[in-house]
Amino acid sequence: MSGKIIYAAAGMGRKVQAKALVASDGFSARYDLDRIRGVFSRPEHMLAGESYQGRVLVLDAAKGGVATAWMLHEMKARGVMPAALVLNRANPIMVQGAALADFTMISGFDLDITQAIPNGAQVEVDPQAERPFIRVL
Amino acid sequence: MKLNDEEQAMRSGEFGPLRQWAIEHQIKVGTYLGAADFVPVTQAHIMADTESLGRAGVEWLEHWTKLSQRQRQVRIPTITDPRGTDFAQAQKLKQQPWILDLERRAIAAFEALGVLMTDTCINYQTIMPPVRGEHVAYGDTGVVIYCNSVCGARSNFEGGPSALSAGLTGRTPRYGYHLDAHRQATFLVELTWTPRELNDWGALGGVVGRLAGDYSQVPALVGIERVPGPDEMKHFGAALASFGSVALFHIAGVTPEAMHLADMVPSGPALPTHAVDEADIRTLQERYAKDIGGADLIVFSAPQLSLMEMQKLADLLDGRNVKIPLLAVTSPQVKPDCDRLGLTARIEGAGGIVLSGMCFYQSYAREMAEANGWHRLATNSAKLVNIIGGYGYRPVLLSMERCVEAACAGGKIGGGAQ
Repeated sequence: MSGKIIYAAAGMGRKVQAKALVASDGFSARYDLDRIRGVFSRPEHMLAGESYQGRVLVLDAAKGGVATAWMLHEMKARGVMPAALVLNRANPIMVQGAALADFTMISGFDLDITQAIPNGAQVEVDPQAERPFIRVL
Repeated sequence: MKLNDEEQAMRSGEFGPLRQWAIEHQIKVGTYLGAADFVPVTQAHIMADTESLGRAGVEWLEHWTKLSQRQRQVRIPTITDPRGTDFAQAQKLKQQPWILDLERRAIAAFEALGVLMTDTCINYQTIMPPVRGEHVAYGDTGVVIYCNSVCGARSNFEGGPSALSAGLTGRTPRYGYHLDAHRQATFLVELTWTPRELNDWGALGGVVGRLAGDYSQVPALVGIERVPGPDEMKHFGAALASFGSVALFHIAGVTPEAMHLADMVPSGPALPTHAVDEADIRTLQERYAKDIGGADLIVFSAPQLSLMEMQKLADLLDGRNVKIPLLAVTSPQVKPDCDRLGLTARIEGAGGIVLSGMCFYQSYAREMAEANGWHRLATNSAKLVNIIGGYGYRPVLLSMERCVEAACAGGKIGGGAQ
C-alpha cells in the first residue's frame, strides 16, 4: 500500500502531508463538529470525540447544509481545522467552502477511499498535480 | 470555463475588485464541478448568520464595504436566510452581547452590499417563489430542494460565498441541477404508507435521504395517496436535503417535472427501487427517542413556521400553559400577520415564545444550551433532530400535538415516538 498513488477526479488547494483520520461516514462542519474544541461532536458520527485538528479527513460524502461554505473560512482563521478533506463524493458546498478558504480538498475515486487509506497513516494529498491524488507515505 | 465578454471584463477587474473576486470564486467552483459556462440567474439567497460566518467572515464582508457603492452592490435581487438572533427576544434566549454585536455588524455589511435582509428560509412561501425553469442561486438546502422539486426551478446548493457571488455577477456556473441531464430520477421509492403529520413527512425525508446518500441522487416517489400540502412538502424536502444532501426529488403525478413519471426516468436499465413503509418511518423516529426521559425545551423551527403552522400551534395552546420553554420560530414576513391576527398573543398567552427572523440551529444553539441549561430538545422537525445533536442536545422527534402535551406536562413525554 505504501506509496501507491490513488487519483481523484478533482482537487483544489495546496499540497499537504499529515496523518489521516478515516471513517466510512459523511461530513458537514455544521452538523458534525464542535468547531471551538476541534472535535467531531455529533454522537452518531463514527468519529465522535476525535480531534480533527491538523488531520487529513478521509470520509465518504459531503452532507448537510450550506453553512460549511462559510465555516471552513472561519475555522481556518482561528487555526482549528483539518489539514485537508478527501471525499468519495463532494457536494457544491464543500467545493465553495474550500474555494473561499483556500483549503485543500480532493474528491471522486475509482474505489472507496475510506477503505483504501488506513486510519492513522501518514498521507500526502496533492491537488495541484496534473491528476490530483492521495498516497500513503 | 467559457467566458463571454462581460465575464472576461469582470475577471480582469473592470467592474471592481469585489466582482473580480466573485467571478474568480465562481470559476474555481465551476471548474472543479465541471461547468462549461455560466447561466444567468434572477435571484440569489444567502446564508448569512454569524454562527456560520464567524468573526472572520464578518470582517471579510466589512472589508468589501469600503468600496464605492457602484463597485460593491449586488446586481440582482439578493435576499438572506435566517439570522442568528431575534433582537427583540435575545434576552429571553440569554444570548450574549457579543453575539448581537456580531449580528449587527453582519447586517450593516450585507446592507452596504445591497442585500435585502429578509432573514427567512421559507422565501418560497413568503417572498417570491420561482417559476418552473427559472435559474436561481439559492442558499439553504431546504429552500433549494423545495424550489427545484415543487416549483420546478433550477438551483444548486449555493453556500454564502457563492450565493453572494451570484448576486454580484448575476450568474452562476452551469453545473448540476441547472442541466436537464442531472434532473432525471436516479432511484425510485415505492411508498406503501402516506404520512399524515409534519414530523412523519420529515421522517420520510430522513429515510429517503439515507437511501440517497449524496448530492447527485434524485429520488422519485411513487404510491403516494394524496397531494401533499406546502408545509408537508417543506418538512419532507428539508429533511431529505438534511439527511441526504439531496437537492431535487420528484413525486409521480404531483411535482411539475414528474406529472408523467416516465419523463423523469432515464431509458436503459431499470432504476434501483426501494420500498418504504410506516415501520421504516417509525424506526427513524424511535431512534431519536431512546432513553430521553423528558424534554427541557420544545422547539418549532427548521424550517421557519408558515402562517398555517402558527395557527395550528395557537389552536393547540388555547387555554393551556406551558411549563418549560416553548419556542415557535417564524419569518419576519409571517410574524406581522401573526401579530395582526392574534396568533402571537395566543401562543405567548400560553407561555410560548414567538421568534422571528432566526432559526434555532443557526442561532448559537450551543451557547444557548450552556446559558439556559438546555439539553433534551423535543421538536416536530426531522431536520432539526438531524442537526442539533452536534450542538450537544439530545433530540426527540414528535408531532406538534405531542410536543405541546410535553410542554404543558413540564417536559414529560408520554407514549412512544411518533
